[in-house]
Amino acid sequence: MNISPDYFASPADPGTLSRLRHRLGLAAEAEGLLDVAYTTIDSPLGPLLLAATPKGLVRVAYDVEDHDRVLDTLSQRLSPRVLRAPRRLEAAARELDEYFSRQRRVFDLPLDLSLSKGFRQLVQRHLPDIGYGQTRTYRQVAELVGNPQAVRAVGTACATNPLPVVVPCHRVLRADGTPGGYVGGPGAKKALLSLEAAA
Amino acid sequence: MSMGMKQPFEKVVEQHGGTVLRVCRVLLGVHDAQDAWSETFLAALRTYPDLPDDANAEAWLVTIAHRKAIDVLRARKRQPAPVGDVPDVPNGLGIPGAEDGDLWQAVKALPDKQRQAVAYHYVAGLAYAEIAGILGGTTDAARRAAADGIKNLRKNYPGATTEGAPA
Repeated sequence: MNISPDYFASPADPGTLSRLRHRLGLAAEAEGLLDVAYTTIDSPLGPLLLAATPKGLVRVAYDVEDHDRVLDTLSQRLSPRVLRAPRRLEAAARELDEYFSRQRRVFDLPLDLSLSKGFRQLVQRHLPDIGYGQTRTYRQVAELVGNPQAVRAVGTACATNPLPVVVPCHRVLRADGTPGGYVGGPGAKKALLSLEAAA
Repeated sequence: MSMGMKQPFEKVVEQHGGTVLRVCRVLLGVHDAQDAWSETFLAALRTYPDLPDDANAEAWLVTIAHRKAIDVLRARKRQPAPVGDVPDVPNGLGIPGAEDGDLWQAVKALPDKQRQAVAYHYVAGLAYAEIAGILGGTTDAARRAAADGIKNLRKNYPGATTEGAPA
């Protein structure tokens, strides 16, 4: 028997630690120290990372975006006080579930768009104006936000949307009707469009 | 993780949660270890944004755990523990069996500074210079406290060796 780290370990530690970590998330929330709470959920488009500040949902990320990298970015840009704490994401997780099972057409969630600035944020604020099952071209969205010359900038705003699915950048298409790029990959964009078209 | 960037606190918990739990156990016994863990990480979360990016996170956490454990020990002295305050789940530790209780008694019987030095060096793997920073005093004094602690543990709990401990 050694006086080594292992000796003071216990086979029950993984269970104990997961309980303690859960408790830490609750205590951090209660103390106002949970600047960014996150969780991951399963969806028909693969695992999604959901993150929220006290203001609202701040990030939805596809698996292809690399969730560890996304969390690093949130830590850097918002606050390093980042914890896995699913409770704050319960409403968002439920609404996404309903959306993917075609029982919800509009998201009713507080959003925090602080990851976007200026024109990009303006565009993202207006994207929910495009109704479920409808589509617009990049040019039409540029006109919608009162800047018809800014077609390319609208494209950038869609590409950098921190809240895909919830802020429906997937409803913005190229003028020729082809889907155009998408943060979750072209397959994900098509899947969302056909999900909404079938409803 | 890129250079000069602070990782999400969740990663800190993931990387160091187990070590801090074991350190708290050595400092306080099984009974109070979980509360000390919770208080340590909550206090750490509070000041995490101010921690320099290149700081040794484990030494920082152990320093906080050290202070939290001192609070618990002080509270215990004000309000004496009931008789027979032995860890209540001895079989959940390392090697199962009756002898665990003996080791915990031996750990508990160490003078505070020796128990702390043993925990920080042999459980957390901190260097003696870091331990001196936590305990106050010199690096040599920290080294001596750890050595005396191990000697006392061996005397009172003959199965103990230090094989596999950091140099």
